[in-house]
Amino acid sequence: MLPMSYYLVLGAVIFGVGVLGVLIRRNALVIFMSIELMLNAVNLTFITLSRYLESLHGQVYVFFVMTVAAAEVAVGLAIIMLIYRNWGTANIDDINLMKW
Amino acid sequence: MHEYVWLIPLFPVLGVLINGLLGHILPKKVIGPIACIAVGLSAILSTMIFFEVKALPPESRILNDVVSYTWMAAGNFSVDIGFLVDPLSLVMLLVVCWVSLLIHIYSIGYMHGDPGYARYFTELNLFVFFMLILVSSNNFLMMFVGWEGVGLCSYLLIGFWYEKKSATDAGNKAFIVNRIGDFGFLLGIFGIFFFTGTLNFQEVFAKAPSTFAYGGLEITLITLALFLGATGKSAQVPLYTWLPDAMEGPTPVSALIHAATMVTAGVYMVARMNVLFMMAPISLMIVGIIGAITAIYAATIGMTQFDIKRVLAYSTVSQLGYMFLACGVGAFSIGIFHLMTHAFFKALLFMGAGSVMHALAGELDMRKMGDLRKHMPHTYRTFLIGTLAIAGIPPLAGFFSKDEILYKAFSAESTVWETGGVILWAIGLTAALITAFYMFRAVFMTFYGKSRVDHHVAEHLHESPPVMTTPLWILAILSIIGGWVGIPWIESLNLFPQWLEPVMKGKAVVSQLTGGIPAHAVHHSLSFELMMALVSVIVAAIGIFIAYKLYIKNPELPERLTYGRFFPVYHLVLDKYRIDELYDRLFVKPTLWLSDKLLWKVVDDKIIDGTVNGVADLAKGWGNWTQRLQTGYVQNYALMIVIGVVLIFSFVIFLN
Repeated sequence: MLPMSYYLVLGAVIFGVGVLGVLIRRNALVIFMSIELMLNAVNLTFITLSRYLESLHGQVYVFFVMTVAAAEVAVGLAIIMLIYRNWGTANIDDINLMKW
Repeated sequence: MHEYVWLIPLFPVLGVLINGLLGHILPKKVIGPIACIAVGLSAILSTMIFFEVKALPPESRILNDVVSYTWMAAGNFSVDIGFLVDPLSLVMLLVVCWVSLLIHIYSIGYMHGDPGYARYFTELNLFVFFMLILVSSNNFLMMFVGWEGVGLCSYLLIGFWYEKKSATDAGNKAFIVNRIGDFGFLLGIFGIFFFTGTLNFQEVFAKAPSTFAYGGLEITLITLALFLGATGKSAQVPLYTWLPDAMEGPTPVSALIHAATMVTAGVYMVARMNVLFMMAPISLMIVGIIGAITAIYAATIGMTQFDIKRVLAYSTVSQLGYMFLACGVGAFSIGIFHLMTHAFFKALLFMGAGSVMHALAGELDMRKMGDLRKHMPHTYRTFLIGTLAIAGIPPLAGFFSKDEILYKAFSAESTVWETGGVILWAIGLTAALITAFYMFRAVFMTFYGKSRVDHHVAEHLHESPPVMTTPLWILAILSIIGGWVGIPWIESLNLFPQWLEPVMKGKAVVSQLTGGIPAHAVHHSLSFELMMALVSVIVAAIGIFIAYKLYIKNPELPERLTYGRFFPVYHLVLDKYRIDELYDRLFVKPTLWLSDKLLWKVVDDKIIDGTVNGVADLAKGWGNWTQRLQTGYVQNYALMIVIGVVLIFSFVIFLN
């Protein structure tokens, strides 16, 4: 069996990629995908620890995360679609309604 | 009966409430009588209490804490609303109530037709209330409330015709000048509380001999501060300037507040504190000197004025000076005696002047009067009685009190100033001469000689209605007989000083402290006393004679005299020694300048406004700067979150 650190480093790298994606990509859809990437990186960490600590708690949390992610996709995609319809673009640099 | 003393000030308050709240609906026929009844009830009640106390033996006539209700208490500081019924407060209650009642009745006629009729009677009743509080209180603080209250009413009534600029100015002047005196009074009260720990009169007087050293610095400063208060309220040098201007108010107000009652509050206060003043011989000397200076100084101004009310105003200042002179030589009861007789004849003179004004459509200038005695017989006769009384012609009231003051001054026993009494006597006698002169000048110019009245005014010349002349006659009778309660030469008829004896403990305290009266007590024989009286009568007669020569025999002589060698002196006195101008230069102008240039344009505009605006600007600037964080870009917010998370994690990892 590979050492635990391999899995944890992989999870951290995927999470980091997701964070960078959220911070620097402009397309709302890509940002959305980056969020999914972060969620799945966390899932991977959960499962790794569950396996090495021989506890099922981590796996249970993963199911919760996947459920929430599914719901989030449903809501998030709907929002992005509406943004696209209203502004004609999914580029979030054009959307700064919350400015002072 | 005396336990109902709290009702005495309460009745005028009821008058204030009724006339003040409902005055605009009530008919005029009701307003005046309501005010009169309110004061009348107080007068009757105080008379009843007077007879009750009179029946008691002299040593038990001081009834302290008649009503006692704790007004405020903090730690060992406690002030009561309490009344003191003793011979002195009873004299004041009687004088204030009865003279007020007569002036209230007179006002019904005098103020008839004035648009502010209800307001006038409300304020007059309010004044009586505060005056009664002032004289019946048993502690310093309540007395101070009355003291300030009468000041307020004085201000309101001087500026009664507030559409006249001069009237409101005079009101302001009275208020501000009094404030200086009140400041001294308050300092004195602080001092007394600091050293004795109580504000109750009887307790303070009981503790004073053991608390203060005889003639010590503390007691001297306290009494001088109190006397500063008295000079403000009682219009003495150097704070007298407000009183002549106060004549802008309605004439009955001048009679009541600025002649008979309020201005005598200072004399009452000094007499009330006789224990304290007797313990401070230097203060006492200053009281006497200020009194004498005021007496002669105001009298000289009175000689030159043409405004009849101003003549009377300066005469009031001068007579108040006599009262302080009496207090200053330790004859407090004689000061109060003169206060009482003065209240009668000065109220009478003012109301007589008011009656003349009433007939002459408000004319005040004596150069436009003359020969009124045929048209106004009642006013003329009563005014003449008042004038004879103030000039000191026996057997009228003013003779007994004024002559006794002069005699007491002459035989004064002072520890600090051996020949002082004689000097004060000489000044007082000169002032008596001038008093007789200027009062008869007023009588001759107003009621004798050729008529100088304007023609269209002369057609309407009339005697005042009975509602005005009746009070005049009552006061005239009082001015005649008022002095008979204190005939000094016959022991059994010298009732007034004996009546006040229980209150005047100062002499006993001093002889206890110093082991007998230090200076040799001067005792003169009866014949000497009578001779002194004769001297003052002769002096008064000389004054009258000069006035007769100048204003009846040679009416054109005074004018010629004023244009001769005396021109500069005459004009200096006519301009009231230009003291008003001096005060204006010294105090008013610098204060205005300071207020304008420093307090307004620097302190207020720059410092106060600057601080307030500065704080607001700071908040605004900070907000302007930090609002840039709210870019509206979601990614910026996410970046912040990431930075925050990284910081927290690094904090946890590296610091633990």
